[in-house]
Amino acid sequence: MSERENILGRIREALQTKAPLPGPHQARGTVMPAVPAIRKWLPPVGTSAEEQTVLFAQNAADLKADFQLFASADELKTALVKVRDAEKWRRIASHGGVLSDFACQALGLPVVLTDRSYHVQEMEQCDVAITECDLLVAQTGGVVVTSRSAGGRALSVLPPHHVVIARRDQLVADLPAAFSRLQQKYAPDYPSMISFITGPSRTGDIERILVLGAHGPKRLTVFCL
Amino acid sequence: MSSFVSNFKALASEKTHDLRHRQFIRTALRGYEAARDRRKGAFRSWESARQSAAETKWQAINHLDAHLVALTAKLEARGTKVHWASTAAQAREIIAQILRDKKARSIIKSKAMTSEEIHLNHALEQEGFTVVESDLGEFIVQLRRETPYHIVFPSMHLTRGEIKDLFQRELGDAPSDNPEDLTMVARRVMRQKYIAADVGFTGANFAIAETGMISITENEGNARLTAALPKTMVTLLGIEKVLPRFADLALFLPMLATAGAGQPMTCYNTMYSGPRQPGEVDGPEEWHVVLLDNRRTELLADVEQRDALHCIRCGACLNVCPIFRNVGGHTYGTTYSGPIGSVITPHLRGLQDWKHLSNASSLCGACTETCPVKIDLHHHLLHNRRNASVSKPAFFERMAYQVFGIVANEPKFWWLAKKIGWLTQPFQKLVKGSALDPAKAWTKTRDLPPMPQETFKDWWENRK
Ligand code: SF4
Repeated sequence: MSERENILGRIREALQTKAPLPGPHQARGTVMPAVPAIRKWLPPVGTSAEEQTVLFAQNAADLKADFQLFASADELKTALVKVRDAEKWRRIASHGGVLSDFACQALGLPVVLTDRSYHVQEMEQCDVAITECDLLVAQTGGVVVTSRSAGGRALSVLPPHHVVIARRDQLVADLPAAFSRLQQKYAPDYPSMISFITGPSRTGDIERILVLGAHGPKRLTVFCL
Repeated sequence: MSSFVSNFKALASEKTHDLRHRQFIRTALRGYEAARDRRKGAFRSWESARQSAAETKWQAINHLDAHLVALTAKLEARGTKVHWASTAAQAREIIAQILRDKKARSIIKSKAMTSEEIHLNHALEQEGFTVVESDLGEFIVQLRRETPYHIVFPSMHLTRGEIKDLFQRELGDAPSDNPEDLTMVARRVMRQKYIAADVGFTGANFAIAETGMISITENEGNARLTAALPKTMVTLLGIEKVLPRFADLALFLPMLATAGAGQPMTCYNTMYSGPRQPGEVDGPEEWHVVLLDNRRTELLADVEQRDALHCIRCGACLNVCPIFRNVGGHTYGTTYSGPIGSVITPHLRGLQDWKHLSNASSLCGACTETCPVKIDLHHHLLHNRRNASVSKPAFFERMAYQVFGIVANEPKFWWLAKKIGWLTQPFQKLVKGSALDPAKAWTKTRDLPPMPQETFKDWWENRK
């Protein structure tokens, strides 16, 4: 018999005896909470899009991420050029996409694109990664990227600064909404990696003192059009 | 007394007398406590969230067979190789065989307590593989040739000065004792190791049956890199990690972050559903997922304590435990320390050898109160005590209770015992805490309260 059958056999035998339900259940028909119920317990997110934008900005600031909202493509371009000059970027890493192409053009720097194949060493030398994303989550101030929408698995973690270019309509209120949007967009053929990025990389492993940029980017910028 | 007990006692008494250690741990946890309470307060109802999480985990564990079948079918459909290991030895052999097949030399690892549980690094190093821990805390304890102090904060017992000296000695690079500088040293060292590694190894926090995904929670980005750069990826997880639905993560991710580190969300929460897929630009060509039993099915068979498998390894129960905070993580001598370690280690490694951990508890219940999935931890400690004494009663204890039974049931004996007590207690003071004192275990660090001059019976008779 294979180990698979051995383990499943032991599990089935163990489950012959029922375990008591957790908490006061007798009155209820079902034990597992329905998915919409989850939303009721999580931190409040307000009702209007404006409130949620403000909430996203607050949460992003708490996480030490930069968030800016722009009224036009020109404003976005100006902001990008400003960071480029302040941080003296020389090389960028990015991937093909409407927003990311626009950003790369605006910056006018040599670009390492991940769309076909790329060299890890080359990407490692870049000063910044510019990617698109799937979603912004107001409840947490984080962004959701996938291997399909954001130039693969490494791009959003390897360079020292990650700049996300997003659209307003990518903002969702809370985590349950984020998961259901992902499900609607991709199921059953999910990208092989889906990552909820909530702030720049960090560690507290030395005396529990916060340090940004442990392995991933030291800075996370979200520019939203 | 077994060597496990005597080690525990020796280390516990050393650590509890180490005031610097106690102070240091208390300071390290102070920021966590404030942040955790603030984040809990941000939930509309933390209590309801706990109940929902407990129910979801109940559902997952009590239909474990069906969920595992669904999970593995989905994983395999997208090209992932799934392996099953009943024992630690089998898991080690499966992983070593993958490395041999790939002719791998260097392995980069992100944090995985299951790999500590099966002593993977040691086994792989014996075979000549180079294993590098990439999580900063794990990297530090690996350089010190130590086990993790805490399941979430592996190096929380070390001061920045100790870490600076360590880096100077082992890496020849430590510009200062500033945590930021030290972190950057590790970042630089690790970058090149990532690029050179043949195989990336990860643990897992959740496995989603509905969609066939493994979810990994981390702050540093090291697991992201581990799953992105090497050509082969290996993931080891306990079979209890399943959640039924994709959307369950909407509850579990913020709860894990809040309970474990006082964060709204951990920095990276990443779901993997396969190796590199057609049309994708990077990621491993091969992904092996190893499912580990290692006596979890025995715990599953214990209906009373089955809910210990609901644990999401957040570490919250360690942080609040007065025993953990005083004796420290290494004293336990186990992979999983603190209350959850005391509950499950007897199941994973033998009740008689590890029952002493269940006695090292004040039963204050702080662990049960803080646990995000509502595991009844302190009652499980009592269950372990009961099971241990039923399966192997302590001779002395049994005799003592028999004698007490005889004395307490016979008024004449009781009266005599009382008189003897009154007469002899003044002399106890002379030998207090010494080898001659029959109540030494108690009186070494405490006073024996004097027997009252008037018993309740006397008082009742004389009350008018
Ligand atoms: S027992 Fe509960 S509190 Fe302790 S680590 Fe597990 S989930 Fe966290």
